[in-house]
Amino acid sequence: MSYETVVGLEVHSELKTNTKIFCGCPTTFGGEQNTHVCPVCLGLPGVLPVINEKVVEFAIKAGLALNCKINKFSKFDRKNYYYPDLPKNFQTSQFDLPIAEHGYLDIEVNGQTKRIRITRIHMEEDAGKLVHSGTTINDSSSACVDYNRTGVPLIEIVSEPDLSGPEEARVYMEKIKSILEYIDVSHCKMEEGNLRADVNVSLRKTGTTKLGTKAEMKNLNSFKMIESALAYEIERQTEILDDGGHIVQETRTWDEAKGMTVSMRTKEEANDYRYLPEPDLVPIITSDEQIEAIRAGLPELPDARKKRLMADCGLSEYDAAIITTTRQMAEYFDVAIAQKADAKLVANWMMGDLAKNLNGEGKSISESPVTAERLAELVNLISKGTISSKIAKTVFEEMWKTGDAPEKIVKEKGLVQITDTKEIEGIVDSVIAANPKPVEDYKAGNAKSIGFLVGQIMKQSKGKANPAMVNDLLKAKLD
Amino acid sequence: MNLFNKPAHVLHDMLINKEITAVELANDLFARIDEVEGEVKAYITQTREAALAQAKAVDEKIARGEEISFLEGIPGVIKDNICTKGVKTTCASKMLENFVPPYNATVVEKLNAVNPVILGKTNLDEFAMGGSTENSAFYPTHNPWNIDCVPGGSSGGSAAAVAAGTAIWSLGSDTGGSIRQPAAFCGLVGLKPTYGRVSRFGLVAFASSLDQIGPITRDVTDCAHVMNIIAGYDKNDSTSINAEAPDYTKSLTKDVKGLKIGLPKEYFVAGMDADVEKAVRGAIKQLEDMGAEIVEVSMPHTEYAISAYYLIATAEASSNLARYDGVSYGARVEGTDIVDMFKKTRSEKFGQEVKRRIMLGTYALSAGYYDAYYLQALRVRTLVKQDFDKAFEKVDVLVTPIAPTPAYKIGDMVSDPMKMYLQDVCTVPVNLSGVPGISVPCGFSDDGMPIGLQIIGKPLGEETLIRTAYTFEQNNEFHKSIAPLREAK
Repeated sequence: MSYETVVGLEVHSELKTNTKIFCGCPTTFGGEQNTHVCPVCLGLPGVLPVINEKVVEFAIKAGLALNCKINKFSKFDRKNYYYPDLPKNFQTSQFDLPIAEHGYLDIEVNGQTKRIRITRIHMEEDAGKLVHSGTTINDSSSACVDYNRTGVPLIEIVSEPDLSGPEEARVYMEKIKSILEYIDVSHCKMEEGNLRADVNVSLRKTGTTKLGTKAEMKNLNSFKMIESALAYEIERQTEILDDGGHIVQETRTWDEAKGMTVSMRTKEEANDYRYLPEPDLVPIITSDEQIEAIRAGLPELPDARKKRLMADCGLSEYDAAIITTTRQMAEYFDVAIAQKADAKLVANWMMGDLAKNLNGEGKSISESPVTAERLAELVNLISKGTISSKIAKTVFEEMWKTGDAPEKIVKEKGLVQITDTKEIEGIVDSVIAANPKPVEDYKAGNAKSIGFLVGQIMKQSKGKANPAMVNDLLKAKLD
Repeated sequence: MNLFNKPAHVLHDMLINKEITAVELANDLFARIDEVEGEVKAYITQTREAALAQAKAVDEKIARGEEISFLEGIPGVIKDNICTKGVKTTCASKMLENFVPPYNATVVEKLNAVNPVILGKTNLDEFAMGGSTENSAFYPTHNPWNIDCVPGGSSGGSAAAVAAGTAIWSLGSDTGGSIRQPAAFCGLVGLKPTYGRVSRFGLVAFASSLDQIGPITRDVTDCAHVMNIIAGYDKNDSTSINAEAPDYTKSLTKDVKGLKIGLPKEYFVAGMDADVEKAVRGAIKQLEDMGAEIVEVSMPHTEYAISAYYLIATAEASSNLARYDGVSYGARVEGTDIVDMFKKTRSEKFGQEVKRRIMLGTYALSAGYYDAYYLQALRVRTLVKQDFDKAFEKVDVLVTPIAPTPAYKIGDMVSDPMKMYLQDVCTVPVNLSGVPGISVPCGFSDDGMPIGLQIIGKPLGEETLIRTAYTFEQNNEFHKSIAPLREAK
């Protein structure tokens, strides 16, 4: 039997406000347990929440960046459920009037553009963290609660079930991350859990339209985890359906160690959240002027940026897509080409040596010892013919180590390309004289021998001879 | 010295004129507490040491020739659901029996700024749920007018303390009548301000969209003075009104000429106690004689208000009280696992009425019932508000009874919660619509129990309420009557 996979994502992203959503406590990650707390986020008797205006602004930013309609009348609701990491035993969230709705995000998979509809974006508070006495929840005899994270602002971005498999889900998640970084509303550090996804997946017979019973996988916080968990889940559901069984609607969790999804609770055990309009907060009224002011402050987003790089800089779609993956990369690129550096060369260097070195040391581009200005200088040296591309690699390594200007390195190390015909001719002559056998071979029709001779010339010039001139001069002498 | 049965404004003048000292006044109150508190049981916590220190500081200030503001040195009490830093705030519940807040409610901060002498925290129905103070987990409070009767509730301790002379002024909270009804039952003045006029920050929530803090005092003058201290915008309460509070004492004028008073016929219900009706009708006649214009109005949705109130208030309460789970503060009863601990803690530490309301509210919000109960109640609330809006197009204030009966005997209604809920018929519409309401003494029953008149105003219409209540009060002697606590034995 063949099936279609139907996937929808609920992406939770912590917002990078300085203070929590309803009180003045810091949102800083880490910190000694229960130090970023106050009566309000601890949910003590009698406290009241006050909305952090930045949270609303950031949520609207996200809404606009994801092509949503911003609800000018929005409100908070209480989602009631008992859990020890939730001090009030309700989460202040949004139910029927979220801040943003009806958006979309275009993703590229296998060269095809696909539009993923976004149902809604709502604001809510994060819960605390349970610290278990054992290594897992099952072998623990007790747990303590760290409330530092309680009240850190979150947005939840809910997609329609428009994704058709693990790869699309990953690409969608990558793009969400990229956009949230572009608009600077979230640190998006998945390893710290400030970007995570709940993934809903179901199967249906190919060609049918009715949605199958879904399973939900909670709190996946890496792209790899999303892909692996989905792949596993699709296989699991396929086997059950092939055997004539039924999928149980349930919440599952991804067990990284076992490489499989495990049932957490079935629908029968699911909570009735008894949503209630939050009586302690007033509705959020947003004017057209406020929305337009936020829209005007949005940076150029990845899709627009990619189009610009293709049209104005002549980059290929592939290169433009990679350069615009993160805002930092795109800005690095823009700074470099502002120094009149050749765009294609800059792109090649960014995707080549720069990326290799960054990955090697686990650095982000903003931490690169080679700044965009310096890379531009290097590229300009190549374009002017001052150094060869090969020498440039050596220069780049030196720049990486010292952060020095390429010109300084070239000068100090005497790496300027030799373009003087006489000087090159001298080397050519000496190599021809020293290698009679390869010269004979070449003359006898073995074209490959010339490669060896060129290599010898370059070696003698310490790589500084202009390769094109070497070729021309050598051929002229031998032919 | 028998200072205990004087209003605050009289004592303030005596302090200024150096007829008494604040320490003498405090000691007089302590003596009164020693004498009658055993019978009245208005207090949960007494803070005598701090009170005496506060009194001494005020005397020193007077000795230095500095001016003192209205409540300086005047002993008062605070309902025990208003958070006081370092002083137990129990909500009259086993759940919070030993809970000491690390912060002050905004009203307490505002009070502290004017150096009053705080004598302690007063009894209430557990989490303010009730109308008789019989639902306190500790003990019921008794009515100083008749020790066998309830003082009303839920601010019964605050009202009984002032009536018994064990405090000069007090703060209560009003979700469905909890300031006005005990004020009426104890022959005092109680004001429920416009929703948002007084900050709720630090008031332990019962029903967030209905709760308001307000004063219970011996007369209207004291009420205006206390309002001057507690009213105003608070950035910590998103629902507080961002408008400057007026000087309420400027409304202490005798003038109701041309005032249009509406009588909502739906509030004069069948089954109302004859003494209550007589006293209220008499008061209306007096106001008319003093120049007010009486207009009969109709508020057709009044009969649905009680049902809507008991769905909305309990729905909010079910969520507000969810935090009492034994995890990080309050009482904990250990269990076999976390869920068992939640269950045992909440089963054992909440009282019957609180549990009844949590269940009612949980039910009203549950999937499948939400539309029929909670949502329907919200619609009724809108209609009730519209009744008020329409009435206030024609009149300046509305005048009604506070409760269908005067204070009743302790134990008379505990077995019949529905009957108890119906007692709130005249007060809950005011909370549902958010408008202000004041209770002012207007007579006595044949048994000598006080009866209150309710005056309801437009949003932020406290000044008109104070003026009307003051005019009526000054035309009578009711506020000068002293609860005959000792004779009642």
